[in-house]
Amino acid sequence: MSNAIHLHYEVSGEDFTRAGEASGAVKKRLKSLGFNPDAIRRTAIAMYEAEINMVIHADGGFCDVDIYPDRIEILLSDHGPGIPDVEKAMQEGYSTAPDNVRSLGFGAGMGLPNIKKYSDEMRIETTIGVGTNLYLTVKVKT
Amino acid sequence: MGKYFHSVQLDAERCCGCTNCLKRCPTEAIRVHNGKAKILSERCIDCGECIRICPHHAKRANSATIEEIKKFAYVVAIPAPALFGQFNNLDSIDVVLTGLKKMGFDDVFEVSRAAELVSEATRRLIKEDKLKKPIISSACPAVVRLIKIRFPELCGNVLPLFAPIEVAARIARREAIAKTGLKSEEIGVFFITPCPAKVTEINMPNYTDKSACDGAIAVSRIYPVLTHTMDHLTEVESLGQSGLMGIGWATSGGEAAAMLGDKYLAADGIENVIRVLEELEDEHIRNVDFIELNACSGGCVGGVLNVENPYVAQARIQNLRKFLPVSLNHLEDGELDRMLWEKELAYDADIFRLDKDISKAMEMMSHMEGIIENLPQLDCGSCGAPTCRALAEDIVRGKAKETDCIFKLREKIQNVYDQLKNTI
Repeated sequence: MSNAIHLHYEVSGEDFTRAGEASGAVKKRLKSLGFNPDAIRRTAIAMYEAEINMVIHADGGFCDVDIYPDRIEILLSDHGPGIPDVEKAMQEGYSTAPDNVRSLGFGAGMGLPNIKKYSDEMRIETTIGVGTNLYLTVKVKT
Repeated sequence: MGKYFHSVQLDAERCCGCTNCLKRCPTEAIRVHNGKAKILSERCIDCGECIRICPHHAKRANSATIEEIKKFAYVVAIPAPALFGQFNNLDSIDVVLTGLKKMGFDDVFEVSRAAELVSEATRRLIKEDKLKKPIISSACPAVVRLIKIRFPELCGNVLPLFAPIEVAARIARREAIAKTGLKSEEIGVFFITPCPAKVTEINMPNYTDKSACDGAIAVSRIYPVLTHTMDHLTEVESLGQSGLMGIGWATSGGEAAAMLGDKYLAADGIENVIRVLEELEDEHIRNVDFIELNACSGGCVGGVLNVENPYVAQARIQNLRKFLPVSLNHLEDGELDRMLWEKELAYDADIFRLDKDISKAMEMMSHMEGIIENLPQLDCGSCGAPTCRALAEDIVRGKAKETDCIFKLREKIQNVYDQLKNTI
């Protein structure tokens, strides 16, 4: 569709407290577009989880968001260490987050499972030592 | 009067068109056009931040005058607990309550009494596990209006009980009818208010069609007469019927503490409130049952219609509470049912969305993003909109033009000048 809105955000890996800026900005835009609240909520939650993951594990990266009237497509891309065992990472409670991150209340091992739960489609491309691309789609229920 | 009632109003004569209120408004509800601030009615939540910040006192809160009580045969004052924090060397709230009676009210009913009932009802509802958690307090009307226009997913989390003012007004009215035998319309119930949001709530209630309150008189308006009366009392009646729990509602954390559990959170100050609501919406806040949110820093003692510094008032409230029993008011049979909302809180989707039709809204947003790229991104406010993004939005809504931006205007003039120079 020609009238997609494309948004691009750099996610800084340096500062924890800034994680959520991209998902917050997307949420604000979806609200002014008048999207269904359920789709807005699921997009914001899934994207925030993924942003946090990029900060914790991959020293940041970027997000590309394409907004269509019937769906929101998100790519989160990083040059981090890659995910050695995707199946394991998808298990609830499994986490490789370091202690300093856990002490902040993150690293409960719910990141990827939650992203899957809140999005309608999720695909991971990951290469050890190269990085990870996470593709998400949230469909707008009419 | 239009679709919306607002307590917060502009005094155009005093307004010099500066950007103070513009930048402070949490819902971006102010624009400066032709050198005067203008409040966008549908976006204003009556939090009063513009009244607080305006150095020229060009924003004011409309509230009832003391004269208005004379229209009724019998009048009951229902003071906010924040009122008790406004006086120096006060040993007992009885002095304030007696003062109110001496200055012209026939009776008094402390809102803090109703607060204790609301606390008990909330505890009961939590215990019965009937509510969607976390439960957000419905006491601060500015917060409730903010949720209504900006947080669709959280409308269902707001505590479906009347705020203590409404509960107090209903009980006071009922008791006055029983005591005097007068008709309801002959009885006036006036709230003594610390903030403009409550004035709005009484005139345009969220949860019922008509408030049992006839009006709200600002603490700052009643203060001179009331202090004078209090200074000349010959005897003090024993009128206070609130415990420390009810009085505690005057300050941030008071309502949450009255839940008697430990899974609560209390935030105050509108910016902090917005941050908590954003995080709640994104489900980052977990393991909390109850959330108390106050638009003003410090809670209701921070309301802009008070006279005393909120922190001084808070210290005084602490002192007044010290020797009081925990709670003196308890639910009678059927009371809880009478406190339940008569109307559901519905999200008002039209306030911030660009257009009803998503495709049209998307076109507008693409256009907006293009405009923003060309703006200086200084968010200086000189165009009359609070940020460059807000100006871009006003442009696509047809309410402003690009040359409202002084930098764009300068650029344009420079271009014209260059062209003219070349033709000569």
